[in-house]
Amino acid sequence: MEANIAVPNDKKPTWGGGGVRPFGASYGKMMMWFFIVSDALTFSAFLAAYGLTRFKFIDSWPIADEVFTHVPFVHGDFPMIYVAFMTFVLIFSSVTMVLAVDAGHHMNKKKVTIYMLLTIIGGIIFVGSQAWEWNTFINGTYGAVKTTDGKILQFVDSEGKQIALADFVVGDRGDVREQHTKKNGLWFEEESTIAQYSIAQIISSYEANPDVQIRTELIDLEKKQKTILSREKGSEELAKTRLVVEGANLEVNEYGNTIFADFFFFITGFHGFHVLSGIIFNIIIFFNVILGTYEKRGHYEMVEKVGLYWHFVDLVWVFVFTFFYLV
Amino acid sequence: MAHAQSHTKRIWIVFWILSAITIVEVALGIYKPEALHLTSILGTSPLNWIFIILTLAKAYGITWSFMHMEGEKTWFRRAVVWTAVFLIIYLVTLLLIEGDYLYSTLAPLVRW
Repeated sequence: MEANIAVPNDKKPTWGGGGVRPFGASYGKMMMWFFIVSDALTFSAFLAAYGLTRFKFIDSWPIADEVFTHVPFVHGDFPMIYVAFMTFVLIFSSVTMVLAVDAGHHMNKKKVTIYMLLTIIGGIIFVGSQAWEWNTFINGTYGAVKTTDGKILQFVDSEGKQIALADFVVGDRGDVREQHTKKNGLWFEEESTIAQYSIAQIISSYEANPDVQIRTELIDLEKKQKTILSREKGSEELAKTRLVVEGANLEVNEYGNTIFADFFFFITGFHGFHVLSGIIFNIIIFFNVILGTYEKRGHYEMVEKVGLYWHFVDLVWVFVFTFFYLV
Repeated sequence: MAHAQSHTKRIWIVFWILSAITIVEVALGIYKPEALHLTSILGTSPLNWIFIILTLAKAYGITWSFMHMEGEKTWFRRAVVWTAVFLIIYLVTLLLIEGDYLYSTLAPLVRW
């Protein structure tokens, strides 16, 4: 059992705990564990709230496989692949972290340095990937319209595969609408970005092209797929269009329920923030290792403590991965 | 002294187990076998149960091996694990029941 626990061997009382060691754990390590418990509860509250909302909209929730389909530098539909890559990066950086802790127990400064560096690089790759994922999500892929009763309508081809607005919308906007800027706008006011296509243009393009069908958010619970409307019903629904939606933000979301986007930003954002702070902790400890701080102190327990935090970040990702992308 | 012992080999074994579980999850997530995906057991599809069980297996691997939980004193381990597990199960149960209630109350009011 003792093999895994760093013990201060200088016999001097440490700060915060004196010589007392309840549960045989140092003060710092114990407090790191208790912090992790409280942080785990925060994350579970977010994920449980996500679960509640998903249950509330169980018949219209976006299907993750249709939302997260992109891989950098490659065109096409690859659900899951990129998040799987991110998961591997994080697991691997957890391994290098635990190897650094292990090397610390052997007072092997060189190995600790190398493994800490690898862990930091893994973390940076992960955060970078998440930024890319956010960027893709925010910009959107296909575009959709929102109706007066708050529903998102997406467009599919005759085989039921989703198509982008740009794939079927033709002709002129129909209205002479220009982006207001401070330079040309009335009252010198700015406005939010105008969608590339006008509502009238989308409706007339839909009517002109019999191959285009409309997909609603409603899930067919038998097949677990979104419902595709008949051409007639589609045109009826499309007539209620209020807004052209491209991409996702906190107010509208081309993939479906707006609150899906809100949870996506909130939960992956909060996790990403943890990864970022983990990287910063790791960098601080990395320089301390190089400077020989822990060599002088006689033990590498600090590496173990930030290691706990780093593994926790990995642990949370395992759950986010399951509940956001798999289930 | 026990300290001199290296755990490198074991760490890599755990890594390969975690990776294998992730690969299985991703493969199932991409292919979604109909027998698992479109049927229902205990309130959700068997596929979802498989995902949840595999996730808990991964969480166990990370906590016990990577975070050295197995090496801590029994009651320290319990203070951390039991507290978290109890509160999380409690919260999730209540919120999911509430979500299901909201669906059954509000869904009939939505016209598709």
